[in-house]
Amino acid sequence: MRLITAVIKPFKLDDVKAALEQFGIKGMTVSEASGYGRQRGHTEVYRGAEYQVDLVPKVRLEVLAEEDDADDVIDVIVKAAQTGKIGDGKVWSVPVDTVIRVRTGERGPEAL
Amino acid sequence: MIDSGTTAWMLVCTALVLLMTPGLAFFYGGMTRAKSVLNMMMMSFVSIIVVTIAWVLYGYSLAFDASGSDTLNFVVGGLDNLGLAGVFNAVYEGLIVQGGQVTAEAAAADNFPMMVFSAFQLTFAIITVALISGAIADRAKFGAWVLFSLVWATVVYFPVAHWVWGGGWLGQLGIEDFAGGTVVHINAGAAALALALVLGRRQGWRKEPMRPHNLTLVLLGTGLLWFGWFGFNAGSELAPDQTAGLAFMNTQIATAVAAGAWLVVEKLRDGHATTLGVASGAVAGLVAITPACGFVDPWAALVIGLLAGVACAYAVGLKYRLGFDDSLDVVGVHLVGGVVGAVSLGFFAAYPFLEQQNEGLLYGGPISQLGLQILGPVAVGGYSFAVSWVAAKVIDRTMGFRVDADQELAGVDITMHAETGYDLGTVYASGVSPSTALATTTSKKVDA
Repeated sequence: MRLITAVIKPFKLDDVKAALEQFGIKGMTVSEASGYGRQRGHTEVYRGAEYQVDLVPKVRLEVLAEEDDADDVIDVIVKAAQTGKIGDGKVWSVPVDTVIRVRTGERGPEAL
Repeated sequence: MIDSGTTAWMLVCTALVLLMTPGLAFFYGGMTRAKSVLNMMMMSFVSIIVVTIAWVLYGYSLAFDASGSDTLNFVVGGLDNLGLAGVFNAVYEGLIVQGGQVTAEAAAADNFPMMVFSAFQLTFAIITVALISGAIADRAKFGAWVLFSLVWATVVYFPVAHWVWGGGWLGQLGIEDFAGGTVVHINAGAAALALALVLGRRQGWRKEPMRPHNLTLVLLGTGLLWFGWFGFNAGSELAPDQTAGLAFMNTQIATAVAAGAWLVVEKLRDGHATTLGVASGAVAGLVAITPACGFVDPWAALVIGLLAGVACAYAVGLKYRLGFDDSLDVVGVHLVGGVVGAVSLGFFAAYPFLEQQNEGLLYGGPISQLGLQILGPVAVGGYSFAVSWVAAKVIDRTMGFRVDADQELAGVDITMHAETGYDLGTVYASGVSPSTALATTTSKKVDA
């Protein structure tokens, strides 16, 4: 199994969610995040004083998928989150040893 | 004879001016960081408490009792009205500045109870003290501020109000200050500069962003200030008459123009017209027209608004060049705006109403009036700065004016008041334990 983490633009969340549901993903975790990549934040001006705001609001979306599906899921996320402009975000995946459904105690792929 | 119309008008104006202080609390509160919003607003609210008590006990007497000897009266009021003694049965008839000489303008038709006059003037003292607090956002001990506000009102505001309006030396010389450009704004601005210097810069100033945390609050505060300021300016005519109408209209004109001027400066200089800019410009215009509103023609109000908007939009950058952390720009807006208004009268005054006051240079008046319009701000600003600096130093050396470094980082809301302004998180909001938060949510659902 793999844990796929995507950091995306907040307004793209609905598109990504819809695309994942259509693909057949049954659950996900979404949290608000902030950070920066190559875009390096933005500048705000208050009473003529410039402030460099490094951390831009983002959404972090986490999905667990079976090994065979992982690359497809990543493709779905990338396609749905893409605007082509700077600051679109990142997607990465890591291997997962154990997954347990808390309610039933099921382990492994059955717990997804 | 008491005139019911005048009395009703002055009661309304008094309430309008009092509303400006909570308005100022919103204006300032929105400009601080989220961890200091409550402390910022509390500094305004506690001014209402402290100054009201001091006013009743001795403040009104020190500012407006003209019964003392001529020498005493030159610098401060007497003690005949301690505890508001004798005020209930007194009648306000004409300007006290004239030493009791009633002119045609102060005809009996405009008489109203002295108690109303006292309440009206109290609201000015309150907001003047509250204005100073913007300079020390995020880092002042609450108790030290309470003490400072009491000392400052007593030693600075009450005497200075007497100098200009109570029969003191500036009034006797014929300074023109219709609603308090010198008494309120220059006075508060100079004190703010002193406090900013004594308390020092906030940790991280110029290194980390200290952005306004809620500009919608700032705009709400601006609206309340603008609304209340009609009572401040038009009410300062102390009668619902022709001049009150002029003051009202001029207030609107200068404020709108200054807000627009600030936006234009921003657009040209920084590339964007901002909400903080429109709020700051409006207040700068209100400040500058305050001393002038009843003395000038509407066209001059246009010019004063323009000058104030442009001058203050540039003046707020001074603190970065000179290196003092006047957190919310009390100096750049109130001191500078106040000076613009006071000095402009030397040129634009068209309707002086006291014998010793003169028209401005553009209306054929003498240069001496311009000199006086410069002397007033220098004298009041210098006195206020000096006394504020000494008082703040003494407080800082004894009880400490500034919070500890870690308290400042944690935020003065939680360390001074044991509260936080916002409860937006879902898990650990406000430090309530998760189980309690969950229980609350659940029971609400059951109720629904």
